[in-house]
Amino acid sequence: MTTQKSADDRIALLQGTLDLLILKTLVLGPCHGQGVARSIQSQSEEVFFVDHGSLYLALQRLENKKWISAKWGLSKNNRKARFYSLTAKGREQLVEKTGEWERLTRAMGLILSGNAESSGKEA
Amino acid sequence: MFKRKRSLDDFAEEIKAHLELEADELKSEGATEEEARRKARVEFGNAQAARERFYLSSRVEWLDNLVRDVRFAFRQLIKNPGFSFAAIAVLALGIGACVAIFAFVDAALIKPLPYAEPQRLVHVTERDVAAPKVNISYLDYLDWKRLNTTLSSLDVFTGWDALLSTPTGAEPVPAERVSAGFFRTLGVAPALGRDFWPGEDSLSAPNVVVITFGFWQRQFGGRDDVIGQTVKLSGVPHIVIGVLPKDFEFALGDSPEIWAAMKPDNDCEKHRDCHDLYAVGRLKDGVSVQTALANMQSIARQLENQYPDTNRDRGASVMLLSNMIVGEIRPILLLLLSGAGLLLLIACTNVSSLLLVRSESRKREMAVRGALGASRGRIARQFVTEGMVLVGGGVAAGLAFAYGAMQILSRLISKQMIARMPFLHGLGLNPHVLLFVGILALVTATVFSITPILHLLSSDIHDGLTEGGRTSAGTLWRRIGGRLVVIELATTMVLLTGAGLLSKSLYRLLHVDVGFQVDHLATLHIRLPGTGFPGDPEQVAFTRRLLNRVESLPGVRAAGVTSVSPVTCACNSDWVRIAGRPYTGNHITVNERDVSEGFFSTLRTKLLSGRYFSDAEDASKPKVVVINHTFARKYFPGEDPVGKRIGDPTLSPSSMKQIVGVVEDFKDGALDDVQEPTAYYPFNQNASSGYVLIVRTSQDEHTVLQTLTAAIHQLNLDVGIEQGTTMSDQINDSQTAYFHRSTAYLVGGFAGLALVLSAVGLYGVIAYSVSQRTREIGVRMALGAQRSSVHRMVLREAAWLAAAGIAIGAVCSLTFGRLLQGLLFGVRAWDVSTLAAVATVLGVSAFFASYIPAHRAASVNPMEALRSE
Repeated sequence: MTTQKSADDRIALLQGTLDLLILKTLVLGPCHGQGVARSIQSQSEEVFFVDHGSLYLALQRLENKKWISAKWGLSKNNRKARFYSLTAKGREQLVEKTGEWERLTRAMGLILSGNAESSGKEA
Repeated sequence: MFKRKRSLDDFAEEIKAHLELEADELKSEGATEEEARRKARVEFGNAQAARERFYLSSRVEWLDNLVRDVRFAFRQLIKNPGFSFAAIAVLALGIGACVAIFAFVDAALIKPLPYAEPQRLVHVTERDVAAPKVNISYLDYLDWKRLNTTLSSLDVFTGWDALLSTPTGAEPVPAERVSAGFFRTLGVAPALGRDFWPGEDSLSAPNVVVITFGFWQRQFGGRDDVIGQTVKLSGVPHIVIGVLPKDFEFALGDSPEIWAAMKPDNDCEKHRDCHDLYAVGRLKDGVSVQTALANMQSIARQLENQYPDTNRDRGASVMLLSNMIVGEIRPILLLLLSGAGLLLLIACTNVSSLLLVRSESRKREMAVRGALGASRGRIARQFVTEGMVLVGGGVAAGLAFAYGAMQILSRLISKQMIARMPFLHGLGLNPHVLLFVGILALVTATVFSITPILHLLSSDIHDGLTEGGRTSAGTLWRRIGGRLVVIELATTMVLLTGAGLLSKSLYRLLHVDVGFQVDHLATLHIRLPGTGFPGDPEQVAFTRRLLNRVESLPGVRAAGVTSVSPVTCACNSDWVRIAGRPYTGNHITVNERDVSEGFFSTLRTKLLSGRYFSDAEDASKPKVVVINHTFARKYFPGEDPVGKRIGDPTLSPSSMKQIVGVVEDFKDGALDDVQEPTAYYPFNQNASSGYVLIVRTSQDEHTVLQTLTAAIHQLNLDVGIEQGTTMSDQINDSQTAYFHRSTAYLVGGFAGLALVLSAVGLYGVIAYSVSQRTREIGVRMALGAQRSSVHRMVLREAAWLAAAGIAIGAVCSLTFGRLLQGLLFGVRAWDVSTLAAVATVLGVSAFFASYIPAHRAASVNPMEALRSE
């Protein structure tokens, strides 16, 4: 996706997961785009690689949906930056999406780990 | 949705901030300034792509593209002003002509009559052997009204030449006498005052009138106290009880300004065999015109049995009122609309070929666009947009043109004609017309979008990048363009033939032998007031004095009076029976005119046998009659009618007249009417209070006309005088001549435009073909072809197209001409000489149109042509 050389163990984000990660990151408090990107990358132990273009478009999308709000402010080192914070609606969505995600991963886990057993039975 | 919430700049700013923050952080992790900046940018990836994605995410792509396409289309049009002007002008011409004519069609044929439920209004008349629609007699009307079961109401109307008393003398005012329920039948309520009450048309009721809005404004200054006021009409006071709405119209009256409740008080309305009325009825709910007709016919048969003397062969005719009003103009308007449609077809074909030439020359541009990644759909969309912009321009200019044309055309219609077609007041760019414009725009836009797209699809766009595109596509285009030109030429041929036939018909009509000397004749309508002229003797005496006075005027050679002016209509008929012949119950219907002794000498008609009557033959002498040649030929074949006696169908002694002379036929009826048998009775034995004065002048008719009115008013100030005109004007302005002329002129105009457009179209195709074949021609000439043979080659190509167009056009003209037949006079639809003339005109124009490119081809310098690659 980018021109950057990519390490083998880096995974491109699944469609739709970026929104959830952004919401989760913003629970800790208002943050600017660069902070969000760093945070996702470091919290995933550098496994996830965030395409910055996609990130900013996702931020815009969430802002349009009124899940997050944004305003220009100053960063710790006195740089101008656009700060995003979670709205009440965003919080609701975070809870909901987290639930959905957990159900999804559980189901995936069940299938992936029980795969051999069930196909053996059928054979 | 269409409004961007956040500007692109703001987004770019955020990306910039990101890069700075990232660089700061990298620096704090130990990177150098330079390295940090670079790494931050690399980490971010393609910032431009992100910005673009942001841009697209917040816009509606197609709308964006549309705006750009439209801008581009405009730039294209401006860049080629010649093409744009030609295309838009041609389109505007076609669309404008169509829209202007459609506006007339809408006003006359589509817009309903301004009455309540006009589709239930019918025009009811009697019919006899000679004519399908004749007046009803008052007594018949009463029976029809009483006995019918299909009409909810039936009312009558008849013209009235009223004289309005004004302080400055009598003034003729067009009026109508109607039965009391007339306005209720139409479903029209007065704007002021009231309608006639039932019974107000009886002999004992006071005289009441309803006036028009215009009359109210003019005579009463629009004052509210007009109700209850008195107007003196033909010497009798009438009370004004109501004012009609401003937009009230009634096409079958002669634009009357006063509507009087009709009392059956004149002599005619006491006799069942005197017919002076027309009727309008309202169908009962769910009753068809056919049912009503059958009903009326059965009543007519019943009356025929009951009153055989007066009602023999009197049938009934019932037709929709709207058909009665616009029946005559409908075929003309439809013809004009098809003419305008054909013109639009030619215009579209022409613009299509222009577009084809242009899309051919833009092949390289399209190829480049395609190579840069534009999909075919995207390119097609560009063409659609350009087509729409073109049509938009054409429609806007066409609307302006149509508006102007409508103004001019409606102003060209004489006042007399407008009076007969009051519905034309509704002419304008109304919603109907605009809808029509919308449909036209849609159709033309589709055509103009599809043309270049087809062209695009027919060729591989990448061909355009390779060598100049002189491959199969060029030939293909020549084929399509050629076909379009053939269509154009054929259509032009049809229009030209139509125009030719109509012109010939007009010429024949205006050169009909009317049977008398038309020049130096002035005519004037005279109305004697009701008071002072109680009976025939007084009317005869005054008319004698009037004729003496007029004949003594300088510049007057002779003068006479007649009840109906010649070359108007065969509209006063009489039933006669020849004495001494076995009677089978079949009476003879003849035209009837009451004329003075000087009438024949004034017109300079030709006496065939016997004599004209003399001035002395008045009511005290035995009754005499002069008949025309057709009468003599038809009813006295092989014998001399002079001395024979005719009378009414019962041969009552008082009606007996002796035939004293036979006059050569001359036109009583309209120019295109067949000659009817006519009986001329002496005015002195059959006087009336209204007649037409005809004066033969030795100097200009117009100057004499001016002195006539004053001279007559010297005799009696209360005499009404109107419609002073000359015989040649009267004939030229007659409705027949008028309709023929306007049709011929308009179709001629369309045909002329079509001829120009198709000549230009042919020129375009041949010129293009020559430009495409420059190298071929160069090779031919280099190999020894003579200039003359190149010349011939190009002309041959044009000749084939022209011949095909003319041949197809000739076949179509024959079909089209048959539709035209009803509008033609004295010429058949398959008039060979017209077809030949039209084909020649078209052929010659085609030759000239192709001569220039042929000449250019022949003067090609082979060296240059070969080097031009």
